[in-house]
Amino acid sequence: MSSTRKPKLAVWKFASCDGCQLSLLDCEDELLDLAGELEIANFAEASRALVKSPYDLSLVEGSITTPHDAERIHQVRRASKFLITIGACATAGGIQALRNFKDVKEFISIVYATPAYISTLSKSTPIADHVRVDFELRGCPINKHQLVEVISAFLNGRKPNTPSHSVCVECKRRDTVCVMVAQGTPCLGPVTHAGCGAICPSYSRGCYGCFGPMETPNTKSLSDWWLGLGIKEQDLLRVFRSFNAAAGPFRRESERHEH
Amino acid sequence: MNTKTIKVNYLARVEGEGGLYVKVRDDRVVDVKLKIFEPPRFFEAFLRGRNFVEVPDITARICGICPIAYQMSAVHAIEDAFGIKVDGQLRALRRLIYCGEWIESHTLHVYMLHAPDFLGYQDAIAMAKDHGGVVRRGLQLKKVGNEIVRLLGGREIHPINVRVGGFYKVPSRGELAGLEERLKWGRDAALETIRWTATMPFPDFEQDYLFVALRHPGEYPFNEGRIVSNRALDIPVGQYEDHFLEEQVKHSNALHSVLKQQGPYFVGPMARYNLNFDQLSPLAQEAARDAGLTPVCRNPFKSIIIRSLEILHACDEALRILSQYEPPEEAAIRAPVRSAAGCACTEAPRGILYHRYRIDDQGTILEAKIVPPTSQNLRVIEQDLSQFVPKFLTLPEPELGWRCEQAVRNYDPCISCATHFLKLHVDRG
Repeated sequence: MSSTRKPKLAVWKFASCDGCQLSLLDCEDELLDLAGELEIANFAEASRALVKSPYDLSLVEGSITTPHDAERIHQVRRASKFLITIGACATAGGIQALRNFKDVKEFISIVYATPAYISTLSKSTPIADHVRVDFELRGCPINKHQLVEVISAFLNGRKPNTPSHSVCVECKRRDTVCVMVAQGTPCLGPVTHAGCGAICPSYSRGCYGCFGPMETPNTKSLSDWWLGLGIKEQDLLRVFRSFNAAAGPFRRESERHEH
Repeated sequence: MNTKTIKVNYLARVEGEGGLYVKVRDDRVVDVKLKIFEPPRFFEAFLRGRNFVEVPDITARICGICPIAYQMSAVHAIEDAFGIKVDGQLRALRRLIYCGEWIESHTLHVYMLHAPDFLGYQDAIAMAKDHGGVVRRGLQLKKVGNEIVRLLGGREIHPINVRVGGFYKVPSRGELAGLEERLKWGRDAALETIRWTATMPFPDFEQDYLFVALRHPGEYPFNEGRIVSNRALDIPVGQYEDHFLEEQVKHSNALHSVLKQQGPYFVGPMARYNLNFDQLSPLAQEAARDAGLTPVCRNPFKSIIIRSLEILHACDEALRILSQYEPPEEAAIRAPVRSAAGCACTEAPRGILYHRYRIDDQGTILEAKIVPPTSQNLRVIEQDLSQFVPKFLTLPEPELGWRCEQAVRNYDPCISCATHFLKLHVDRG
């Protein structure tokens, strides 16, 4: 990268809700400064301008759910020096990966009167199943401060500082009393990747796993705790099967409760 | 015969993925398609079998820009099924968080998605080079809306605090105190926004629209009201499906809605304004008149002024709620689970959002139906293009294409909601 040219940023969308790319526009205090450091070369939600590839940094939102998108992601990879996935859809397949456990034809006919017009794959898959990914940012949605950290790490050629410990550590840091111990509220915090800042317990509810599994989570032990709190086996299946349903440890734990 | 095609393969500055195709023969538009490529995600299918408690968290994920709207329609529909009504301060807090979403979503559209069309910029960042103060004001105003959502909802996108019966936790008066100063600033910024948008160049384009919105006897509508139109429709929400129909078309992954026997209809800020002008705050009514608007407005390009008026109204309404706030004793009322069906309609930033659920006696969802505002506007957008293009055929191709995009953006379409996607393609042969 030459020292005079600004790095080119591209933002891409696959199957998603737009929320993670919106996080960039939600950086109300940093957006104009960021635009001074980077050339926003391709960001359809924000701009008509389209600067040609190659791109120095591509942020990819959404999962792969159609034959067309399965091709398109390879073009994005070829056009990008660094490729970072943002959010649970791009990183784990998202809520739409619930189809992976069912018959997608039945899903189509529930929503659409003429299923033949709809082109879709039987599974929703993360970007890393298709192309090499340089960094994965977790969350449904991502945390915008983590996004700024990742972009700034990229600009400075260093590793992003996004801790991989559990949500429990974040509760301790903000002095939130454990909702599971103190109130008996079931909480996914012990097995969930940090990043949100432990919002739910600070609002008197248990974590519901937006950031997906932490590194080497002990999901079986947590399930036993939940059963002890009176949660039924069939409810545990759903608990692990939400926004990160297709992420390995959560998928395997949900399957343990499938009878 | 002289034919041409206008094509926009990937429509920018909208939420989601779509394109546009207009085919012209001589001076007549013979085909208009708003193509929706957004890959379907099948929410109505996978909601089946989930517990009612999860519905506001799951439906929020339909849209990152208006998750509160999905949460509000979901909880009201489920409360309708269970036969409970959330009232008093809990009801007021729901209006407050909705004010936050309107401010955030409308400001995003006015400053970052729509204004660059009027002033000839590719985006708000390029616009900031010449109008830095204006763009910074927009960003700060958007932030005011986001602050309300974050405080009440826990975070801006996919908030975590909304539940059937109320909230997980309600704020103290002290926790809300900081919002007041910010909202007073927001009210002034909204007034400046109205004055600024009123000076923009508007094409001479008026249509005799069929407007549909909620109407409530005592307030500008958010969560409650009857569904009314400017052509004699006046029904309770429970009769929605008797009057409105969803159709599937080949070129769109989003379903199209029509009003039976009457055809396409228009929802969103323009419809709300035309059907509820008298319920806007006195300050917003006065600002509308100062901006040169009458209580009836049929030029969709002027929706940018009307969104700005709704930002002002939302700031005013939020300040009113704050001034009367006393924390309720319970954060939520109890939800008595029973086997039943229920529905609700609320005013998302982009228009009415209808949800219906059938639930069993264990609280499991048996059936879900969701009609987002953008799928209700798709037909009207296509109609606008077929009326608009012939008037501007003398424009050079890139300019005409851009005007068509602007005409689509008048509706702030959220394709992620409607499925998710938009591209423009004008065929002149």
